[in-house]
Amino acid sequence: MASTACFIIVSRNDIPIYEAEVGSAVKKEEAAHQHQFILHAALDIVQDLAWTTSAMFLKAVDRFNDLVVSVYVTAGHTRLMLLHDSRNEDGIKSFFQEVHELYIKILLNPLYLPGSRITSSHFDTKVRALARKYL
Amino acid sequence: MAPLAPRTGDAVFANVERVNAELFTLTYGAIVRQLLTDLEEVEEVNKQLDQMGYNIGIRLIDEFLAKSNVSRCVDFKETADVIAKVGLKMFLGVTASVTNWDVDGTSCSLVLEDNPLVDFVELPDTCQGLYYCNILSGVIRGALEMVSMKTEVTWVRDMLRGDDAYELRLKLLKQVPEEYPYKDDE
Repeated sequence: MASTACFIIVSRNDIPIYEAEVGSAVKKEEAAHQHQFILHAALDIVQDLAWTTSAMFLKAVDRFNDLVVSVYVTAGHTRLMLLHDSRNEDGIKSFFQEVHELYIKILLNPLYLPGSRITSSHFDTKVRALARKYL
Repeated sequence: MAPLAPRTGDAVFANVERVNAELFTLTYGAIVRQLLTDLEEVEEVNKQLDQMGYNIGIRLIDEFLAKSNVSRCVDFKETADVIAKVGLKMFLGVTASVTNWDVDGTSCSLVLEDNPLVDFVELPDTCQGLYYCNILSGVIRGALEMVSMKTEVTWVRDMLRGDDAYELRLKLLKQVPEEYPYKDDE
């Protein structure tokens, strides 16, 4: 498993709707802020890149020191963003695909408003389990 | 001789028109969602769903009787059985088991293992107290009222609230004797 990884989901209106620190490293307050900052900065690049390719998985769109940002853009332009220091590309791709499926299940819930925060604890557990499995 | 009442709804279920399960689930979801937006109070939504179910039930019973060849039930026990095995199968594609009879045979539980209404659904914190499937209890209440049985139908267990199955409590309040709308000598 990667020592550092931060996963967020950004809605099409550029609002973060889900965040999780999934690394095995000791959690530090300022590191979490830094991770958010790096991911936030990468959004602009994603916006330019998303329309140049038909692939949903954009690998290594941005980097900061030894941290790399990989992004998965869904058809509805929701962005699943992962900040990681591992080089396991296949694992990250599988991780994104499975989280995408979970996200679709969330969207199908009639009581969930698209674009609002994902509060489901079931989703949270599943995402963390996937992170342990693939990253 | 009257045709034998079917013990299961499989044959009827195979012959009635069906829609895609996801379309059905999501349509129902959209209704509940809209009610929540319009009425704001979860309690009101429960009431409204029950009322909608009632209105469906009083019409649905006719279709049920026309298509299922069920003959008159001798007692409430048989009624409950027919609902669980034939009625639910015919309109929802699932069956329930009938359990927990009380001593005088006037109330029982319908336990549903599977419920097509709730695929994908997860109750958020803001909707605690919502009986998502309250329309079902209304349907049963309405249908039974049309065959002269006043009943009270309530949810006891709900998987969306963390229970292990769906349990509907069926209570027979009174049997209304059939009345002719006119007198014989008129």
